[in-house]
Amino acid sequence: MEEIKSTLLEILSELHPDEDFEGCDTLVDSKILDSFDIISLVSEINDEFEIVISADKIVPQNFNSVEALCELIQSLMDED
Amino acid sequence: MLFTSYEFILFLLIVFILYYCIPKRFQWWLLLAASYIFYFTSGAGNLFYILFTTISTYYFVRRIQKSKDAQADWLKEHKQALSREERKAYKEKCKKKQWGLLLLTLILNIGMLAVVKYTNFVIHNINGILEMTGSGSRLSFWDIALPLGISFYVFQTMGYAIDVYQGKYRAEENFFKLALFVSFFPQLIQGPISRFDHLAKSLYEPHSFNGKTVAFGLQRILWGFFKKLVIADRLVVAVNTIIGDTASYRGIWVFVGMMFYALELYADFTGGIDITIGVAQTMGITVTENFIRPYFSKNIKEYWNRWHITMGSWFTDYIFYPISVCQPMLKLSKASRKRLGEQVGKRVTIYLSCFVVWFATGIWHGASWNFIVWGLANCVVILITQELEPFYRWFHKRFSVDGTFGFKLFQVVRTILLMSALRTFDCYRDVPLTFRMFGTMFTDFNWGELFSGALLGLGLTAWDYMVIVIGFFLLLGVSLVQRSGSVREKIAAKPYAMRFVLWFGLFLLVLLWGTYGIGYDASQFIYNQF
Repeated sequence: MEEIKSTLLEILSELHPDEDFEGCDTLVDSKILDSFDIISLVSEINDEFEIVISADKIVPQNFNSVEALCELIQSLMDED
Repeated sequence: MLFTSYEFILFLLIVFILYYCIPKRFQWWLLLAASYIFYFTSGAGNLFYILFTTISTYYFVRRIQKSKDAQADWLKEHKQALSREERKAYKEKCKKKQWGLLLLTLILNIGMLAVVKYTNFVIHNINGILEMTGSGSRLSFWDIALPLGISFYVFQTMGYAIDVYQGKYRAEENFFKLALFVSFFPQLIQGPISRFDHLAKSLYEPHSFNGKTVAFGLQRILWGFFKKLVIADRLVVAVNTIIGDTASYRGIWVFVGMMFYALELYADFTGGIDITIGVAQTMGITVTENFIRPYFSKNIKEYWNRWHITMGSWFTDYIFYPISVCQPMLKLSKASRKRLGEQVGKRVTIYLSCFVVWFATGIWHGASWNFIVWGLANCVVILITQELEPFYRWFHKRFSVDGTFGFKLFQVVRTILLMSALRTFDCYRDVPLTFRMFGTMFTDFNWGELFSGALLGLGLTAWDYMVIVIGFFLLLGVSLVQRSGSVREKIAAKPYAMRFVLWFGLFLLVLLWGTYGIGYDASQFIYNQF
């Protein structure tokens, strides 16, 4: 999980260099991540972890925090 | 039955009294009956469309649910005997069947919407092409009236179907409960486009009379009436005069019309939604908010997060995301990144999805090119804003303007002007004419006419203008207070005498300043026509 988290933080910091993503659990609700960011993020995550995040997984609960995203990635990796 | 008609007030009164008199377990049945009576008054033929949506969605979505349940049971039963690959293959087989059922639901319902809403638009365009090619033949138009609210309830119901397919919640088993979700009368004709998991629970559960909730609902209705009858229905006269005479009203008048329309549309649409939410609240039902002070937005992206929120989120969740992450798009994304480089390539799919969403948003608003161009113009502005973000960040840092009152005000005014300018497509309803009239703002310098008394030639008296100005400042004041919490809660905390003066004062303002009464034809809400 730690490995996933550090890779994810790298991707996120490329997206928004000035944001502190750790400790925030309202990334979507507070509009830190908008719909464009989410699509860029999904595309990067898909490539990096060789998974497919489908549209039904794109819900605020899965993208509101780094932890939630890590869990989503882990569950999709386990499915494969 | 217009929200602002006497008939509606009487209808509401009867429903309200019955709602709290009958046994609570029958309350949602009453709402269903009331919703169908309400819709029946818009034309008996309209019932066919809403029943078609309800029956087809109920049937196919229930089949999706049954397939999901059978899949879960079968996998549970055969868990030990199956390999990982076999389980995966079985899941994919089931998913394919469920997808087929969803697709059928979408085709039937969006197809029905498309046929009634866009057939004449297609015929109009075919005739245009025939005319250009010199052909003498023309197709005849289809004589059909657009069923009231069809764009709203079809989208709301399709959202439900997609959510069940995606496993967000289970399908509703009771046909009549689903029928109520589709037809709930306060939001039937102009939204909000509710989500099943947000609305259903409060729609079906029993509600006891709660004085505070009812009072808050009535106050919200009153505020909606104020916006609609005092402000919007006054401004519509001036807006129609300006739009209706393009030879006389050019230059500065286009700007005046543009700003008047911005205020009219806001008062009209948010007023209608206030009435919707208020009516639901009087019966203890919570309907999703559709606006969060949109004219305080600092840029167009923020504006679309705060204006007609339920429509925006519908397009984002059910069109933008599925298109952006579908397999062909992911392949395109990879190919374009490989060929065009990381920075340019990753934008290709986002731009394409954005284009599709805004095309759909445009055409959802109306079957004509002005709405399509309006939607695409929004798309262009949003993409430019997106691309300029690094520059904005640099600018804000370099000149230390971020967060200052003056700069915030500049951003808000800029957004209002931009959105109002885009809406001129909505006003003139003709693309070339809109460009021509917009252009006159920069060629016809007739500002002096504003001070020559010509404002009084727009169909409004000096008194009307005074009422509009007072109304505007009241709207502004309420919006400013709202930033720190519910205005009604704040008023409720005041002494009784003050509360009475405030609410009775607002009631009197609607009564005395509202544009209604015998011989006066109250305007239809703008969003009713979509």
